[in-house]
Amino acid sequence: MLSRTADHLYWMARYTERAENTVRMIDVSYRMSMLPHAGGDDHGNWRAILDISELSAAYARTGRPLSPRDVIEFVLLDRDNLSSVWNCLRAARENAHAVRGKLTGEMWETTNATWLEIRDLTPERLHEMDLGAFFEWVKFRSHLLRGVTVGTMFHDDAFQFARLGTFLERADNTARLLDVKYHALMPAGEDAQGATDYYQWGSLLRSVSAFETYRQVYRDVITPHKVAELLMLNDAMPRSLHACLDEVVDILGQVANARSCETIRKAGALHASLHYGSMDDIFAVGLHESLEKFLACINKLGDRISNDFLVPVAIA
Amino acid sequence: MSEASNTGAAPYDEMHTADGSVRPHYTSYAEWLDDVPRALIDRKRSEADIAFHRVGITFNVYGAEGGKERLIPFDLLPRIIPGREWRELERGLAQRVRALNAFLADIYHGQEILRAGRIPADQIINNAQFRPEMKGVDVPGGLYSMISGIDLVRAAGADGRGEFFVLEDNLRVPSGVSYLLENRKMMMRLFPDLFSRYHVQPVDHYPDLLLETLRAVAPAGVIDPTVVVLTPGAYNSAYFEHSFLAQQMGVELVEGQDMFVQDDVLYMRTTQGPRRVDVIYRRIDDDFLDPLAFRPDSMLGVPGLMRAYRAGHVTLANAVGTGVADDKSIYPYVPEMVRFYLGEEPVLNNVPTWMLREKDDLAYVLDHLPELVVKEVHGAGGYGMLVGPASTRAEIEDFRRRILLAPEKYIAQPTLSLSTCPTFVEAGIAPRHIDLRPFVLSGGKEIRMVPGGLTRVALKEGSLVVNSSQGGGTKDTWVVD
Repeated sequence: MLSRTADHLYWMARYTERAENTVRMIDVSYRMSMLPHAGGDDHGNWRAILDISELSAAYARTGRPLSPRDVIEFVLLDRDNLSSVWNCLRAARENAHAVRGKLTGEMWETTNATWLEIRDLTPERLHEMDLGAFFEWVKFRSHLLRGVTVGTMFHDDAFQFARLGTFLERADNTARLLDVKYHALMPAGEDAQGATDYYQWGSLLRSVSAFETYRQVYRDVITPHKVAELLMLNDAMPRSLHACLDEVVDILGQVANARSCETIRKAGALHASLHYGSMDDIFAVGLHESLEKFLACINKLGDRISNDFLVPVAIA
Repeated sequence: MSEASNTGAAPYDEMHTADGSVRPHYTSYAEWLDDVPRALIDRKRSEADIAFHRVGITFNVYGAEGGKERLIPFDLLPRIIPGREWRELERGLAQRVRALNAFLADIYHGQEILRAGRIPADQIINNAQFRPEMKGVDVPGGLYSMISGIDLVRAAGADGRGEFFVLEDNLRVPSGVSYLLENRKMMMRLFPDLFSRYHVQPVDHYPDLLLETLRAVAPAGVIDPTVVVLTPGAYNSAYFEHSFLAQQMGVELVEGQDMFVQDDVLYMRTTQGPRRVDVIYRRIDDDFLDPLAFRPDSMLGVPGLMRAYRAGHVTLANAVGTGVADDKSIYPYVPEMVRFYLGEEPVLNNVPTWMLREKDDLAYVLDHLPELVVKEVHGAGGYGMLVGPASTRAEIEDFRRRILLAPEKYIAQPTLSLSTCPTFVEAGIAPRHIDLRPFVLSGGKEIRMVPGGLTRVALKEGSLVVNSSQGGGTKDTWVVD
């Protein structure tokens, strides 16, 4: 398959997944902002979102206050914020457009229709509508594209590269999501127990649709330690780092070429650290530090994949 | 010339005779149309609109706001051609394209037609579309234009009978076939009952014929050729078509940046490493193919492609240099080509044409500007032309000045009374002018085409300009027996 085609499919999937995870991240903050606070920093929550998405500097340049309304608008709809949901869905559609001949009709129509629906959405209309419903809509458009891809696309290399984009992006985003909560929650109550923890870590679980799963797996109260374990090491949890790396390693094995040995080795090593890792080790290093290290690896892996298979990027 | 000029007679109506009765091949459709409630038609129209939008069957408009994608208006009322008329057209089209290909082979080799004095040599040698780079280059099968789009119009003859005329030959990168196919798909989806009532000849196998054609012109010795479609990119006005055809043929849609030349062999970059390319269905103009051979500023092509091409390691469809045969200044000579190369009389008529480089023709045209259509020799897309009867005095005088500055850049033709076809417009059903572009495929021994072609319709009342860039629409074209 043409490298550029693979590149467009990979990025179509990445941007769609990014849009989905961005609303998941906003969703959890939004829910938490509705909880009574124990006198903590009201802005910390929203600042953490910008920090972890590496958007703080861009946000500061807009001169907006750190209000929920402004941050939500920036992260969801801002035309100048290249990571906004609006821009992600536009980029997904542009990538799809560039290779529409490789997509099934249903795939193209799904991403095109998503874009047509959000294209003219203004901040005014966004705030008038039910934000929760908007989050659902973004999540479901992403589910729909992924489902249509699995359900209609010929399972050849083109399909594999689209999947690779999905899982690489999801691994990155789950790590960030977990980290954002670490930022927001830990300084406030390092040994916090009880109701606050329950609601805050609970809302994180809900944001990745894992609340019931948690109960089923642990049959226990909600603790940061176990939430982190579920989202990092449990390979049956579809949005966990481990599950994502299972897929990445599997796909890389299928699309291997003469240049990709080292990339496959690096992916395997990262996978092994999750497969054989333990939460005690991770907490000994520090959750935040571990997640940062993981994010750096994923980032490098993405660059390696681009260089081996797609359109080369400059490796920093 | 009189039989083709606009002598004030009513234009030929595809559906009705002069006395208002329905032509036999439209009878069954007319009965259906009488029975069907207008509300249903309106609903189908909006259904079609939504579907075209959703599927994104669009073309990009240069210069329009933000380079936006626009729908080509689609008219639900089909244009119907009786089978016997089509078979005659098909014969004429195959003959014409055969002659044009023979002409191109000759011009880039022996130039016998020039030596025989049938076409003035300076018309070729000084033609901007003539590519000296192609002299003496042998192309597979001696074929230059594998995909030809021939624009036909039907005009009312003196006796009220409609007669087809070739308006223009498009031998470079003719587009529109994707609309032909999508229009049919849409009609079958909206009106399945009509298709069981009529025996409409199918057109869906076009991509198959195209792929066979492209494979047939692979470089000698290549058993299982790799075919690709070369596009200038997603912002080109015909990008939908490029991607559609690549998909339908199951071949890669490539951009110049996806390919490179090494040791005069062309490769594309794939996820599994470089892969050799044998045939390019290119949808970019000669000038942009290779910055080393043509425009050095072009980013669309592949450096070194012309060397690989001249070495016979890759086939371009259409060949480089076909423009010299579809130039408007060469058009008047096509009937002569048919006689010279095939020894046959042309089946299809040319529109009588005055060449303004000739003194007598110029004088006549300047005297009759308000009656004539004047076109730039290199113009396309309905730009740079004067439609005398539809122009103001000031516009005509302005054009007169332009002609006098460089008469050789213009040709003139009588204002044909283009046939009309009933069309759905705001006010109901009204006649609108149409043309027809069949797509003729040459590869291997046979010349093939799908029955019919793309019917374009000038949606503005009285307008003769059918180009999509000028607000034209399209119709499904039925050949019925």
